[in-house]
Amino acid sequence: MLEIKNLHVKLEEEDKVILKGVDLTVEAGKVHAIMGPNGSGKSTLSYVLAGRDGYEVTDGSASLLGADILDMEPEERAVEGLFLAFQYPVEIPGVGNMTFLRTAVNAQRKARGEAELTAGEFLKVVREKAKSLKIDAEMLKRPVNVGFSGGEKKRNEILQMAMLEPKMCILDETDSGLDVDAMKLVSDGVNALRDEGRAFLVITHYQRLLDHIKPDVVHIMADGRIVKSGGPELAMEVEQNGYADILAEVA
Amino acid sequence: MVSVKAKKLAPTDGMLSRHPAAPAASGWADAARASARDRLVAVGAPQRRDEYWSFTNPARLVSDQPLAAKPLAAQDTPVFGDTDALVLTFVDGVFDPAQSDDLAGEGLEIQTLSDALGTDIHWAKDLFGVLEEKGQTPVPRELAMLNTATATQGFVVRATKPVTRPVRFDYIQTSDTSDAVIRSLVKVDAGAALTLLESGTVAARCNTVMEIDIADGGELHHVRVQGRAHDRQVFTAMFARLGRESVYKSFTLAMNGVLSRNEQVVEFTGDDATAHVAGTCVGQGDFHHDDTVFVTHDAVNCESRQVFKKALKSGATGVFQGKILVKKGAQKTDGYQISQGLLLDDEVNFLAKPELEIYADDVICSHGSTSGGLNATGLFYLLSRGVPREAATNMLVIAFMDEAVQEIADEKLADEMRTHIAGWLDRHRAG
Repeated sequence: MLEIKNLHVKLEEEDKVILKGVDLTVEAGKVHAIMGPNGSGKSTLSYVLAGRDGYEVTDGSASLLGADILDMEPEERAVEGLFLAFQYPVEIPGVGNMTFLRTAVNAQRKARGEAELTAGEFLKVVREKAKSLKIDAEMLKRPVNVGFSGGEKKRNEILQMAMLEPKMCILDETDSGLDVDAMKLVSDGVNALRDEGRAFLVITHYQRLLDHIKPDVVHIMADGRIVKSGGPELAMEVEQNGYADILAEVA
Repeated sequence: MVSVKAKKLAPTDGMLSRHPAAPAASGWADAARASARDRLVAVGAPQRRDEYWSFTNPARLVSDQPLAAKPLAAQDTPVFGDTDALVLTFVDGVFDPAQSDDLAGEGLEIQTLSDALGTDIHWAKDLFGVLEEKGQTPVPRELAMLNTATATQGFVVRATKPVTRPVRFDYIQTSDTSDAVIRSLVKVDAGAALTLLESGTVAARCNTVMEIDIADGGELHHVRVQGRAHDRQVFTAMFARLGRESVYKSFTLAMNGVLSRNEQVVEFTGDDATAHVAGTCVGQGDFHHDDTVFVTHDAVNCESRQVFKKALKSGATGVFQGKILVKKGAQKTDGYQISQGLLLDDEVNFLAKPELEIYADDVICSHGSTSGGLNATGLFYLLSRGVPREAATNMLVIAFMDEAVQEIADEKLADEMRTHIAGWLDRHRAG
């Protein structure tokens, strides 16, 4: 599904190297988690994959289902099936959540040569998916993320994911700012999307999200590289002992 | 004292003779007009070198003839079409009764300006030219003087209780050389309320002035969409006087226009009142839009907001001159002012002159002015959802403008403004 090879990335504006050779393969149907201390490059990896400006790839490659994505615009990557759930979803005043969602869904369908959803079809699908995330009609009508609580914003991210039906989902610290109940709701939403044809890359600081979204593989990232990979037990180890032991071990 | 440099007066004969006002309207109206005429002759026509006109060249507003402006074909989505209103239609700046509703409505008194000015005893006497003259200090507003001296078209509108059905001025331009002068007086009685809507291109050139008196506890909501006929030249001024616990909310949307100068002069005379003046505009090419606002706090515990947002493309110019004056004793004033330019490419200009002048010590006043490009994080967010770049840009323009649009109290009208903005952006796609 997602294949990252020897990825080196620096900031465009300054001589700061952030990713120093990331190798990672995520297979269809699997959930991979990336954990790591602050500043290890986890979020940068997600931004670079999604195509945010401000980064320069100096070496390596990243492909999605065999297609090189690094030269694509962010919207093209979305059409290819990539989705990034933001750590800090952006507020867009004046633009209704529904309008935004429908524009996104239909733009992707159009780009893939699929028929666009009519207003009625769209409404039916969005209502059904919103319901399971406890997003009511009022929240759908409101401007995108404006006045949403932290939990509502994250639920809205998962709703977008559910509507866009991406193949490769990257979740960037989706657990930040969530209380226990909201974490459960969001995790249930993610788990409902788990599918043989879909893969997840879950970026998190803490093991607790992984209690809800059970990973197949856990990677530890430090200083711009993946330094250790293992099963879910690796997350438990981090939870109990912190990163210091692991980092000392691989140093 | 500030020394005043001798200034060569620009001639005013041409301006005054273009629209000779009918004489002997009534003693008081003639006197008000003569006074305005004398005041105008004394200060001369506005010139580029005047400080208040340094960002906007007034030449096209004072010249003998307007520049020809092609009328816009009938609009696909009529502005305010979904809002039931008492409609008063002007064609090339002249009231057209045939296309208008009867001058009557629940809680309303409406007369044409000429009828009111021809009446010996009329409440309009306390308003006509009065607020305009008061608004000349400390900055002369020559074109408003011209309006008082020469306007024969317009309405006097009085709300005597809360009026549910808005009054709408509908402007239709048919002649590409029309030159209109319109003056309206609006009086909101104590405890009364009125919504006033305006839409359309008045004429190739227009000079439109409104004097507004809101009594204690009164409310006036004003929403206007200025004409989209691009070549039209517009001068407007609104002079509002606010009584105790009154509310004045004015919002202007402008899309297109080679020359628009909108002045708002607001004075708080009663305590605990609220005035929000807001506007947003979008234009490209030789678009030039100027909002000039002056809010005077002369009462206690009043709140004022100025919110102006301009989205500018390929050569467009946006101007904002806004002032908050807090007089001695106007304690507990809460004044806010924001002006922002969204520069959609490198070819545009946003010129802002925010001013605060405060003589009271227990006030909160803040002002800000920014200019910049699209919100990069917002753009990435939208693109990452697969929203095409152009649609994403348009959404961010709407988002940028929304703080101004949110100043409209009526949610339905606010949504209509968003729809018009989206429509404009859609019609002006890049490439």
